[in-house]
Amino acid sequence: MLNDSPVPVPGMEIDGFHIDRLIHEGGMAFLYEVSCPDLEIPLLLKVPRLEFGNHPACYVGFEMEQMIYGVVSGRNVPRLISQGGGDSRPYLVLERIDGPGLQELSRNAPLPIKNVVGLISVVASALHSLHRQNVIHLDLKPDNVLFRPDGQAVLIDFGLAHHSDLPDLVEEEFHSAVGTGAYISPEQLLGSRSDPRSDIFALGVIAYKLATGKSPYGDPSGRHAMRRRLFFDPLSPCAINSTIPPWLQEVILRCLELNPDDRYATAAQLAHDLAHPEQIRLTGRATRINRGSPIEVLHRWTRGWRLKPLQKEESPSAHILKAPHVLVALDLDYHEKALDQALRDAVQRALSAEPQLRITLLAICPQQLLTDEGAEDLQQSMHMESLIQLRHWASGLDMPRDKMRVHVIQHGDTATAILNYAAGHHVDRIIMGARGASRFRRYLGSVSARVVTEANCSVSVIRSGC
Amino acid sequence: MRLALLADIHSNLEALRSCLAHAAHQNIDRTVVLGDIVGYNADPLACIDVVADLEANGGVVLRGNHDTACLGGLMESMNFLAREVIYWTRGQLGQAQFDFLAQLPLTYVVDGCLFSHASPAQPEMWRYITGAREAGRALADTSEPRIFVGHVHRSVLFFNGGNEEPRHFLPGDGVTIPLSSLRRWVCVIGAVGQSRDNLSAASYGILDTDRSCLTIYRVPYNCHLAAQKIRNAGLPERLAQRLEKYNC
Repeated sequence: MLNDSPVPVPGMEIDGFHIDRLIHEGGMAFLYEVSCPDLEIPLLLKVPRLEFGNHPACYVGFEMEQMIYGVVSGRNVPRLISQGGGDSRPYLVLERIDGPGLQELSRNAPLPIKNVVGLISVVASALHSLHRQNVIHLDLKPDNVLFRPDGQAVLIDFGLAHHSDLPDLVEEEFHSAVGTGAYISPEQLLGSRSDPRSDIFALGVIAYKLATGKSPYGDPSGRHAMRRRLFFDPLSPCAINSTIPPWLQEVILRCLELNPDDRYATAAQLAHDLAHPEQIRLTGRATRINRGSPIEVLHRWTRGWRLKPLQKEESPSAHILKAPHVLVALDLDYHEKALDQALRDAVQRALSAEPQLRITLLAICPQQLLTDEGAEDLQQSMHMESLIQLRHWASGLDMPRDKMRVHVIQHGDTATAILNYAAGHHVDRIIMGARGASRFRRYLGSVSARVVTEANCSVSVIRSGC
Repeated sequence: MRLALLADIHSNLEALRSCLAHAAHQNIDRTVVLGDIVGYNADPLACIDVVADLEANGGVVLRGNHDTACLGGLMESMNFLAREVIYWTRGQLGQAQFDFLAQLPLTYVVDGCLFSHASPAQPEMWRYITGAREAGRALADTSEPRIFVGHVHRSVLFFNGGNEEPRHFLPGDGVTIPLSSLRRWVCVIGAVGQSRDNLSAASYGILDTDRSCLTIYRVPYNCHLAAQKIRNAGLPERLAQRLEKYNC
């Protein structure tokens, strides 16, 4: 039933798509450059190899891709243009992303720290968008990351992916762990396919590789060799490349933690840390040079034996909801004790409901249009003063410090600054106070009203005394 | 083509109307009724009228074991609760309804999709597809790539893997599941008129044969009114309680 149709060749036409040339002939599929008179974007045709028999193991990856491209959307995945062919010769037509991929960029590793941070940030953002749509990639590696001309990452190859609402054909077909030896997470090796933090582990491996030029766990292919990562920590990145700052080592090693609970809860939190490295709370991870004393090595080894991955019942989007990014927009010019307390109470309630959340306290300072000498110093000191005020505001909160970030933006338009920050940092909820009658409100209308209208996330406007 | 799949209506007019109202917003081309229009609940005449209308408008209606039992016979394979309602239903049906049920086919095939009330190899045996083994047998005895049945009152999908038994998957409410054309599928559609999971809501499915995907919807309906009708008709109280169990 599956082997009758010939393999497509350039010059052929399939359902209106003209095959221009063969781009790649892989073990599982053929990739062709195709064109269609009605569509102006570059197109890619993917046809699975079905010559080797029709056992589902041969085409399960293609089926997963058919399913997942059909349900995901957004700029971080190629657009699905068409799929068809029935059971004789199924195919997918996708938007073709032509720019250089992460694989090409990683050939020059170690890369400058700035580039590593930039690349990992955009991949983390793409990953977060995928997790929000209930997809876990489970085979994240440089080969599977492309970039749009504007720098956004595009994730491809969902052949091993998991969608929490769809049948997991991969799990049903392969009874042992599947993934790529260098990037597969410890819990995947133990059979878990439902934890979005497995992708954060793979992203940590990518970051390690970009920063040091080496793979933290080598490139093993045997199951036994892959399992080494359960029992031994990788060599510290700083030991390979001494220019890696402690905060970046902290970030990379946190992604590579054995237990998913010890990694970043969400890719958005990772991206946020990379955007504000000065506020990353450093732990022992940041300065580690070797694997520690023999006792620490033994302790680490036993932790590997004890690791029992839980099959996560919740979907990736539900997991993200438990670790939201909450933005608290504060007006440092407006002081009202009751409102301050009401805002703190709201933050405290959010914290007790969602212990894994991240809170950013944000203050917007009006832009100073000074051009005199010393203007820059003045700006600096105002900025510092605002940061101190924000931290002071937070001192009344009962909250672990590593969950909170503070940020000051100088911007003439408060609402725009809040909205931009929220959109750029995957903010899930904005908490802000309703001011009684400040000068902004009198002259510019209500900031909160505009934020409520234009934000892409939920907004809670807190009023004192209710 | 988009098909609404309604299984096990079981004389529950409130549930049937709610499902049809929901389906009215879903660009449906045709409706397929997967048998068991009557039994268990108290509105057999109205339900047969609605279903006959669907058939007159190009729909397909199949016969189930409860419909067949209404035509006569001893019903040895049915439990006492079900039998009691069948005896009551027989008394309600006129000749027109009797003739309508009698002429219904047991299976229907379109676009590689086989529809039947129970396991389709010998549909008149009314075998349940409750597990992988039964699904595997249904696949082995038929040739269509996609099989749609009711009879079980819970939605579950089975798909064949390599050489082993088919695997199962529980579809979520309103989630569109692509049915890969490279495999064969057995889709058990939950009941309109008497759900048997921990939700009182009615179930029905929408099959898109062009895109080869299935969506199961759960539709809340006035189960208390349906239960009240059971009580008013003097039918067993347990049947009324079953409808209301998870909505009180």
